[in-house]
Amino acid sequence: MSAFLASNAELIITIVKIALLLFIVLTVNAYLTWFERKVVAHMQSRWGPHRVGPHGLLQPLADGVKFLFKEDPTPAGVDKFVYYLAPLLALALALTSISIIPFGPNPIRLFGHDVYLGIAPPDLNIGILALFAITALGVYGVALAGWSSNSKYPLLGGLRSSAQMISYELALTMSVVGVLLIAGSFNLTDIINVQAKHPERGILGWNIFPQILGFICFFIAAVAETNRVPFDLPEAESELVAGFHTEYASFKFAMFFIAEYTSMITVSSLCAIMFFGGWLSPFPASWTFTHYLPSVILIPAGLWLIWDGIRYETIFGKIILPGVGTVLTVAGIALLLSNLQFVNEFIQAPFWLLSKILVFLFVYVWMRGTLPRFRYDQLMAFGWKLLLPLSIANVILTSFVILKWGAQ
Amino acid sequence: MTPQLLIFFVLAALAVLGAVSLILQKHPIHSALSLIVVMVALAGLYLLMGAEFVAAVQIIVYGGAIMVLFVFVIMLLNAGIEEHTSLSKFAGPPGLLLVVALAGFLAATIARSTGTVQAAGQTGAMASTKGISSMLFRDFVYPFELTSFLILVAIMGAVVLAQREKS
Repeated sequence: MSAFLASNAELIITIVKIALLLFIVLTVNAYLTWFERKVVAHMQSRWGPHRVGPHGLLQPLADGVKFLFKEDPTPAGVDKFVYYLAPLLALALALTSISIIPFGPNPIRLFGHDVYLGIAPPDLNIGILALFAITALGVYGVALAGWSSNSKYPLLGGLRSSAQMISYELALTMSVVGVLLIAGSFNLTDIINVQAKHPERGILGWNIFPQILGFICFFIAAVAETNRVPFDLPEAESELVAGFHTEYASFKFAMFFIAEYTSMITVSSLCAIMFFGGWLSPFPASWTFTHYLPSVILIPAGLWLIWDGIRYETIFGKIILPGVGTVLTVAGIALLLSNLQFVNEFIQAPFWLLSKILVFLFVYVWMRGTLPRFRYDQLMAFGWKLLLPLSIANVILTSFVILKWGAQ
Repeated sequence: MTPQLLIFFVLAALAVLGAVSLILQKHPIHSALSLIVVMVALAGLYLLMGAEFVAAVQIIVYGGAIMVLFVFVIMLLNAGIEEHTSLSKFAGPPGLLLVVALAGFLAATIARSTGTVQAAGQTGAMASTKGISSMLFRDFVYPFELTSFLILVAIMGAVVLAQREKS
């Protein structure tokens, strides 16, 4: 048994990592729906979910159970094989794309093996290209779902999504070329490391400053690729019922939902990695006291939870919220006072990356609460006549600057 | 059997099965899906040879862009089950003959080849992004530019053809 473990260590580690990441991503997905509903609700002066659990925190669980137990009818006249394939394809591709994201630079030493955060090996040479390859296939999930449903609204949704994704994929790919020129590599870890070339610059060394044009193009195109507001024409509920997933119910519908939220996470990570320094801290490297920030943040968060929990209406909330708050506060104080310096150093990278991802997820939700949907012809004109020329101009400008003055 | 060889046979089988199903499927969408399977399996084979860039481009361009366009057009035209004209019925026997001839030719070539088939192994610098781009823009720059000119002409032709006639 131990011989088997030793000879297949890499394989086993990878499988465990996949299971772990799958669990984390699915949980985050579930709470992303809670986050979205809560934020949009507060933007519209509502409370959002607040019945199931304190602050509605158990709502995702209730929704998940509901999805599992709902009746799952298959409409008459559907193309059975493709109808079942489509949600599977959408979910599988969305989950695969997240395996390419690296979540931290330093490996953990476990049982004599260096375990990196993230599934793909850190020296994956085609990192960003592999991601684009997976996104390129992602359109099939939506298009095939629309076609196989044998119904007119899904078909229209599927057609819109294919056209939209073809149009915006060009701008998406062109907009990152500037970053790739600066980094001279497709590797996501290299792209982050280039932004740390001058450690004293901190936030000023990030790609966002030389590549602001590229970032704007990238983010808009990426939102369009993930079919989110204001580019959610494939599922425009006021025109197409629910668009491509009108004929899907129960867990097959949930699969599309999870796929969409997972792609949101992937896009947010990509934004953070390529333009906002990934796991780099925004402060200059010599400010070592900022390394305590992740631990310090735990304390006010915990104290706030305790204060909020004591005033909460239900008994359950009165117990749970202060309980979690106490744990957070104690953990923060313990990290500050103890000599666990390596823990503090180690959580730096994931802390910054995850905070940046969270900011972009908030922007996604913010846009949903703010912007109206594009009209179809506006969408096409915007993609082809504005976004694509802008991103090409960015490539030419960046190449010119690099030729003249060199990268950085 | 090394894992590489196992993966090779799985991908090769997938590619062949996809190609056969592409021909046998009655519905255009199913044929298009089979073609996507072939493309992705080929990309996997490139990856196995260490040509990462080519593999990614294979999926992005063929699996993504071109096949999405195929599927899009089939969906847009709402093409049904394929029709058999009188001519297409006659195409069967000669086609079968050609298949047998081609298979025989391939089998004969493989049988005559000496020694074991070498694994392609790491193609290394040749297949890397740098290698490909320096080849394209240094050694083969004129054919490359000519091709892009040809594509430009084709695009312009498409625009002209799609234009509404001026009244």
